[in-house]
Order: sequence, then structure tokens, then C-alpha cells
Amino acid sequence: MAEELKPITKTLGESLRESGVSRRGFLKFCSVTASMMALPPAMVPAIAASLDKAKRPSVIWLSFQECTGCTESLTRSHSPTVENLIFDHISLDYHHTLQVASGDAAEAAREAAMHENEGNYIVVVDGSIPLANPGFSTIAGISNLQILEETVAGAAAVVAVGTCAAFGGLPQAKPNPTGAVSVSDIVKDKPVVNVSGCPPIPTVITGVLAHFLTFGSLPELDSLGRPKVFFGKSIHDRCYRRPFYDKGLFAETFDDEGARKGWCLYRLGCKGPMTYNACATAKWNQGASWPVESGHGCLGCSEPNFWDAGGFYNALSIPDSDVIRQAAYVVGAGVAIGAAAGALNRSKQAKAASEHETVTIDDLDKRS
Amino acid sequence: MNTPVEFLLWVRGPGFDIALVVLLIGILIRLLEVLILGRKPDYSEPRGAELGSGLRTVITRTLPEKGSFRRSPFTVVGGYIWHIGFFISLFLFIPHIELIHATTGLSWPGIASNLVDAVAAVTIVTLVAMLFSRLSHPVKRYLSGPEDYLTWLVTILPMITGYLAYHRMVDPYPLVLGLHILSVEILMVVFPFTKLMHAFTFFIARWYNGAMAGRRGVQS
Amino acid sequence: MQKLQDIAVRVEGKDSANPPVNHSNATPVMHEVLHSLKQLKERGVAATIDLKSIPFGPGDEEELLHHLGCGEVSIELQSLGKSRICETLYPGVWLIDHYNAAGERVALSLEINRVPEIVKSQPEDISDAIIRLEQQLNPDSSA
Repeated sequence: MAEELKPITKTLGESLRESGVSRRGFLKFCSVTASMMALPPAMVPAIAASLDKAKRPSVIWLSFQECTGCTESLTRSHSPTVENLIFDHISLDYHHTLQVASGDAAEAAREAAMHENEGNYIVVVDGSIPLANPGFSTIAGISNLQILEETVAGAAAVVAVGTCAAFGGLPQAKPNPTGAVSVSDIVKDKPVVNVSGCPPIPTVITGVLAHFLTFGSLPELDSLGRPKVFFGKSIHDRCYRRPFYDKGLFAETFDDEGARKGWCLYRLGCKGPMTYNACATAKWNQGASWPVESGHGCLGCSEPNFWDAGGFYNALSIPDSDVIRQAAYVVGAGVAIGAAAGALNRSKQAKAASEHETVTIDDLDKRS
Repeated sequence: MNTPVEFLLWVRGPGFDIALVVLLIGILIRLLEVLILGRKPDYSEPRGAELGSGLRTVITRTLPEKGSFRRSPFTVVGGYIWHIGFFISLFLFIPHIELIHATTGLSWPGIASNLVDAVAAVTIVTLVAMLFSRLSHPVKRYLSGPEDYLTWLVTILPMITGYLAYHRMVDPYPLVLGLHILSVEILMVVFPFTKLMHAFTFFIARWYNGAMAGRRGVQS
Repeated sequence: MQKLQDIAVRVEGKDSANPPVNHSNATPVMHEVLHSLKQLKERGVAATIDLKSIPFGPGDEEELLHHLGCGEVSIELQSLGKSRICETLYPGVWLIDHYNAAGERVALSLEINRVPEIVKSQPEDISDAIIRLEQQLNPDSSA
């Protein structure tokens, strides 16, 4: 098995031409790729020039404490189809859910890919890493921490796919029983790209891989290590319901008039203002819709700690407490203390009045 | 409180509760201790009505007086600009109305966010200019104590953090939103125990001055 | 219990009583098209607008495509799946609609140009055509 794996030396342009794809078809592929990478159409010639010379990068996919939702998402990416991307343009050498090999052969494939592409392969990780006890999650008897450290050692870059890998995600939610941490908590000496989301948008996963394939480098990242082209704008700023927010028109429940008219979902707990993701443009299910378009507020799934961000249906900046009830108690207490303070002042005043002495001219004369 | 989100949850949860309790109890204590004290009964025969004169004075003393305007136009104009700007930012920005609506049920129409943004920028610049004037003018400087600088600081902080949050100039967003809410909570805590209480007491003082003059039948 | 068919379903845009909801995101794109069209006329500069990068609300894309319509020229491309290219009612404005082999839309854009770049025969393909044609005319010489 391992012996059959050979490094691929042909460029993408060459392999496409050999399989009978015309230059025109290649240009179509490039414009789709540009759109997928969220790059402006003016970049298409540059993308074509780079893709022509691009070589298939080797990808090793590691799954830790995850639900396979990220892989489900990836296999539903459609532009270009996942078969195109994975099997034609990247060399997915290890993915224990998708690969045919199992057992020792699977691990041998991983080791062979690491050895043959030393320093050049990409490690994709989905899922968080448990540190409380290495036995909580293992693959082929190896702990997640150990397999990550050993696979990343020779990698060119690491892509943390999904919020679990990027920020700890669900396993890290309170009380974090497994001591889950993110990839970037462990990998410090390699570039880490966080493609967060629960799951991430399929075209965002493929877009990052396509960027590496096209330019041989990683895209520009934001302060949380996410590619700016996809995570540069908040959901709120790109939301088609934003004009309703600016006009103060809000849905109060999920089936009132405001909801039917498509008004802003802020009051229903939409986390759009704090969430950075590409949902508003990339959308889901082949561009069919996205959460806000379907009438539900954003959960903030691409942000750190989103499970513990104060409830999915609580508005972002509204105080949690029952302010009216609290104020009523407080006013009661305030009146009592105020009355006491007032009484104290009155008694002080009365005392001052009672101690008041009448001063005559004679008294003044005596004193001077 | 290790993460920005936890910080945001604290300021909008326990932090807000503490600030609200201090603000309400503080205001009530300060008002009641003045009101309960009362005034000595005035047994003289009134020479005019208290009501009209009292109300009139609340309004006339809110308007600029000619003499002081001529002597220090900057203080008067600057004072008006930032007070009005502060009220527009506080009460006509739609997310603020939304917060008041969600907590108290009261609601009123707001104005366009970009307009509030411009007003907020003018307010911040004016507040900075006012501080500069306070520091550079020898008389104002002589009259200023630590409390004046403290009240200036707690007033401008919500404006600045709000501006930063609106323009997303600090990353991550929950942090700057949390800082904005925290700065307002600091203002709420400091409010009753400093001269910021003038927001309530100026009505009482102006009313009393006017009513007293009215009773004596003199101009106020 | 309420039956599924008892739930009132309102289909937008099906009749005059239920007009499509307008999120007015189509208008700015139309302005951008107008601007690009002027640039094409005055300076001969072509432009492309990726419609998948615009945060359309429901119905916005349909409204835009409805406004642009379909004009005199329609082209169908067969390369890595189908592509439909047509000149809109406004000459110089082309709608380019790419599909993959599975028939799923993979890109949708507007190109403001005299002829879309992808329609023109590419130099690499012309070289390839020359070789193939020569081979066909002189099957012996190439062997």
C-alpha cells in the first residue's frame, strides 16, 4: 500500500490538458475557483497563471473529538465538486472516514505521505484535542495529542476545520469534561489557519485548500487566525435584513408579523453583530438559503465560546436580569435608606437649632 | 473571566445588576436626603404665585444668559453641543432604544445610525476641546478639582467605547461591546455621588429659586 | 391537531396580491453595471461582477435577472459541465452562468464586454487545433 504512493510531479495545467480539458474549460475552472476563494474576478488571469503551474499538495486529515459534521459539510461542497477538488487537485492521503484503507494500512499511508512530502504537506484537523486524559480520544491506539504533534512536525501548514479544532467548540463548552483545547493551543511553530463554523461553509473549506493549491501560500488571516476573505465582515454588516435593524423594525417572535415580513432577528437572539463568517454571500445547500434567510437568528457558530455565549435566544447586549423587578426592590431599599438619611439630616438640623445661642452686642464685646 | 465572551456575559449580567442597584439607591438617597430636610415654613404673606415663576425659571436658566454668553461663548456653546450630542447618542440610537425597550417595555422612534455616528464624533471632539479649555484657562483650571476630571472621564468613556464598538475598531467585537457596557456601568456607579447628580438636582434648584422669587413677587 | 394542508402557505410573487418582497439589493448592482458599461464605451475597459459575492436577500437575484432579461445572443458552452452565456437586453452586458458536470450551478457573474473572454478561442486551444488538423490532413507525416 505504502509503496504505491508516489509524489505527484505533474502540474495541474498538465494533468487537466492530458485529460482533454480545453484552455477554455480551464478558464472556467479558474473563474469558479476565484469566486470560491472570494477573490475579485479581475484576479482570474493571475489565478490561471498560478493554477497552471500548481502541483497537487498532499493532505493529511486528522479527526479528533468531532461529530464528522465538518466532513459531511466538505463532501457537500459543490464548486467545484468535492470529487474534482479532492481527487483531482489535492492528494488526500489520509482521512479515516473517507479512505478505503483501514487498520495498519491506513496508518502506513499517513506515515508514507508524511515521509514523501516532508515539509510540504498540509494537515487538516477537525475536532478538539482532550488534555485531561489522553485515553478520551485515540486513533489506532495513539492519543490525539501525540498523533497531532507527530503529524504536524513535517507539515507546511495546518488547517483547523470547524469550531472544535479552531477554538475548542462543543467539547470545550462548560464544564469541558475532557479538558479539550484547540489546535492553535498546541501547534505553535507552524502556520495555523482556522476555518471555524459548526460546520464551516463547505466552499470556505475548499476555498482555503484552493488558495494553498493556487498560490502555494496561506490566505491573509484575521486576529483569530481565520482567512479574511471569508471572515473579514460580520454577518450583521452583510445581512440583507440589516436595513430593518437600522430602521428599528424587529421580529418579536418567530411567527409574528415582523417575522413574516422578514424583519431583523436581533431581539430573538441573533448573534450576527459579533459573528464573522461568509454565510450571507456563500449561503448553504448550493446557495439555497442561510440561517437568517430561513428566519432564525445567527447562533454565532464561527466564534470562540459560542456555546457559552449567554443563550441562543438572548439578545447580544441586553442585560440578563429582570430589570423592572430588580428596580422595584431597589427603589424600596433606596426609599428606606433615603428616608433614614433624611431623618438623620433633620435631627442634625433640629440639634443645630436647639443648640443655637443668641448672641448680643455685649457677648461680642466680651469676646473681642 | 478568561475570554471576551465571558467578560461580555459578566458586564451584561452581574455587572449590570450591581451598577443598577448602586445607581438607583444612590439617586434615591441623594434626592430624599435633600427633600426630606425641607425648608422652614414661610409665614409671610405671599406677594405672588410660586408655580408659574418656578416653572419659568427651570426653563429660563436652561437657556443661555446674555452676559455669560458674551464673556465665555466657548463654554456655553461647547456645553450645549456636547449635552445635546450626548442625549442624542444615548436616547436616539436604535440599539439603545432596543435595550430600554427590552428591559422596561418603553419605546420611541430613533434616528438613522450614521447620523448618530456623526453626532457622537462631534460630541467626543467637543468633550476633548472642553477639557483642553479647562486645562488651559487659568480661572477654570483654578476652579477644577479631581472630581471635575473624574466626571469628565466617566462621561467621555462611554462615548469613545461606543464609537469604537460601532466602527469595530477593537478586535474581538464582544470585548469592545463589553468595554462599552462596562464604561456605562462605571458612569452609573459614579453618577449619584458626584456632581453628575445635577441631571436631577438642577430641576429642584431652579424650581426653588424661581418659586421663592415668585412668592416675593420679584423677578427671577 | 392541525393538518399540514391547513397551514396557510403564501407563495410570494405568484399573483398581484402577493408581490415579491423587494430587498432592493438589485438596484445598486444595476448602477454598477451602468457605470461599467460607460467605462466600456469610453475607455474600452471590460469588467466582471461576481453575483455570488453579493449578499442578496431572497428574490433579489431573480429581480436583477428579470430586469436584465435575455437579448439577441445565447451561447452554450460544453466544457467541464455546461455553461449558459447570454447577452442581456442591454448590449455589452453578458450573463455568465457556469454549471458543473453534475448540473449544479458553480458560478454566476455578469461580464461587461464586447464578447465574453471565455467565448473567444484561446491561443493554447488554437495551437492544439492546428496540430490536430495537420494530423488529420497528413496522417502519415506525424507518425
